[in-house]
Amino acid sequence: MHVVVCIKQVPDTTEVRIDPKTNTLVRAGVPSIMNPYDIHAVEEAVRIKEQVGGKVTVITMGPPAAVQVLKEAVSLGADETVLVTDRVFAASDTFATSYVLASTIQKIAGSEPVDLIFAGKQAIDGDTAQTGPGIAQRMNLPLLTYVEKVRSIDVENKKIVVERRLEGSKQIVESTLPALLTVEKEINDVRYATLPNLIKAATHNPKAWDHTVIEADRTKVGLKGSPTRVGRSFVQQLTNEPGEIIEGTPQEAVVSLVDKLFAEGHLVADR
Amino acid sequence: MSEERFDVIVVGAGPAGLAAAYTMAQAGLEVIVIERGDYPGAKNVMGGVVYRRPTEDVFPDFWQGKSSPVERNIVKQSLWLMNKDAAFSIGYGSAQFKAEEGYNAFTVLRAKFDQWMAAQVEEAGAIIINETTVTDLIMEHGKVVGVRTSRDDGDLYADLVIVAQGVNNLLVQQVGLGVDLKASQAAVAVKEIIALPTGVIEDRFNLEKGEGATIELVGESTMGLTGTAFIYTNKDSLSIGAGALVSQVQQKGVNPNDILENLKEHPMVKPLIAGGETKEYMAHLIPEGGYHAMPKVYADGVMVVGDAAQMVNGMHREGSNLAITSGKLAGLTAIEAKERGDYSSKTLSRYQQRLEESFVLKDLKKYRNLSHFIDDNTHLFTEYPEMVLAASHELMTVDGTPKGDKFKAMFDMVKSKRSLWQITTDLYKGWRAVK
Repeated sequence: MHVVVCIKQVPDTTEVRIDPKTNTLVRAGVPSIMNPYDIHAVEEAVRIKEQVGGKVTVITMGPPAAVQVLKEAVSLGADETVLVTDRVFAASDTFATSYVLASTIQKIAGSEPVDLIFAGKQAIDGDTAQTGPGIAQRMNLPLLTYVEKVRSIDVENKKIVVERRLEGSKQIVESTLPALLTVEKEINDVRYATLPNLIKAATHNPKAWDHTVIEADRTKVGLKGSPTRVGRSFVQQLTNEPGEIIEGTPQEAVVSLVDKLFAEGHLVADR
Repeated sequence: MSEERFDVIVVGAGPAGLAAAYTMAQAGLEVIVIERGDYPGAKNVMGGVVYRRPTEDVFPDFWQGKSSPVERNIVKQSLWLMNKDAAFSIGYGSAQFKAEEGYNAFTVLRAKFDQWMAAQVEEAGAIIINETTVTDLIMEHGKVVGVRTSRDDGDLYADLVIVAQGVNNLLVQQVGLGVDLKASQAAVAVKEIIALPTGVIEDRFNLEKGEGATIELVGESTMGLTGTAFIYTNKDSLSIGAGALVSQVQQKGVNPNDILENLKEHPMVKPLIAGGETKEYMAHLIPEGGYHAMPKVYADGVMVVGDAAQMVNGMHREGSNLAITSGKLAGLTAIEAKERGDYSSKTLSRYQQRLEESFVLKDLKKYRNLSHFIDDNTHLFTEYPEMVLAASHELMTVDGTPKGDKFKAMFDMVKSKRSLWQITTDLYKGWRAVK
């Protein structure tokens, strides 16, 4: 079983501030981490490898500094890693990014067939939850989002059964393989890295691929390949003004509330 | 157990461990450093002064260039004797410290400085593993052959282990090279980093751009306990801290945090830190036992460096330079051991020899009785500062009293606190302790 996991290096949003003048994120000096959902995706892939055998390949698109999160993936048990890095990828939105990652996975599959693809359910910087589904769409694969449990994998018949989180309930789905899964944090508890894996990670050098290696069309990546346009960004100030408590009997209180609503124009008399 | 095998395992990524690792990695040895903090420097604390020459000896030109981890070049140093209201200050500043060839010491912040050293070590080819605690040394036939860590599959084997785990040297005790510290052999120090604008620091300490100052404070600064306090200037912050012997803190029931708060409220200190915001708070033990408290620093398959070997010169607030130098000397010895293919105590005894030939053991030996002397004579931290301050106050106050009368009053005041015989004895004993 060959599992590919797509991960992203994100700013540690617990330490991000917003520049009050430009309304953009201040990224300077903010540490980069592996997207928290992606850590669980890597862990699940490693658990599946331990259970049925095979190999885990972890990929990310990003700047050279993103090797750090790939090394971290190795410390969690990944076997191989690929950093897809190229200046032409800069400013890619989810549409272009899913194209790059899908091209990367196809390249990998060219030398070693891929049976299962994992991604986190979303990244904590953009929170769009679009890249994983975008990859599935582009590769024409079954898509299983918000997975909180992998119930079983049938390697021989190429089938997987998972539990998907829905609002207030869960859905149990069977799918053929290969498929793409995006995962919730509840899918597993991430184990501490073992010492041999830490040592392996410290000496690990990810492969670095540019757009020519993955045979990506330059016009489909970067700003050019990204239909998303940011019109304006603003900071939503959350005010917490104290509410007003209207005293009196219920009857009196209702009368004075209605009067206030009329007075402030929230209610308009229909005469 | 890891299948990887290393020539040397270094326990702890502080100045001593990193200096050792750097020296060995540069000579081509396979070195792994195991650090329990999130990153090198995360858990490490010191006042914040590093000395140029011993550091340069291992990391050439560390103080130069854009990526340099130093905060300010120290051009003047002062000593304050303090009572509750006043401070008597003496200091030394020199133009020679201002010229590049005369740079002598720098202030540093450990989180940054240690990470910088770690980056050099990794570049030299060593591996650093963070967030991993070494719980035991693995012994076979009376020889140290590896370490056991807190990780799963956490045993790791090597020809040599260098223990650089700092003041809490449990591994050193575990293999019987030393015993646990006594409360009188360690100081507990607390420290804050207080942010202030660069220009404000330079104005308040009367410094030119980029220059630094240090102040050591004795007397009321530690509420009369045996110890010292310090204020060091960083680029855009001050390091302010105080430390006192654990035995005295216990005896007097003082909360070490209160010592620092008391210091920050002192009328001579308060204006220096006014308007600053406390960014970090930290506390740590400092080994103060000196030469007599040192463990044996080598045995079959193991060497001990830095604070783990009690290498601190409390009198001169020196620790990082002893750590870095001892790390280097252990590293050189390890390189020899590798060449000979012999890691027995016979080869490693060269480390002890090297220490003896260097300032490390020469200084520690010179001051070997000083900590006893100071510990037995706690009045040094109370009566003498009081005496100097009272005499200064008398002399500085112009009130129409003839100078002859003033000198007599000063003399009487001194005698009332301590007899001439006692003062002579103190001087003699003090001289004996460092002669």
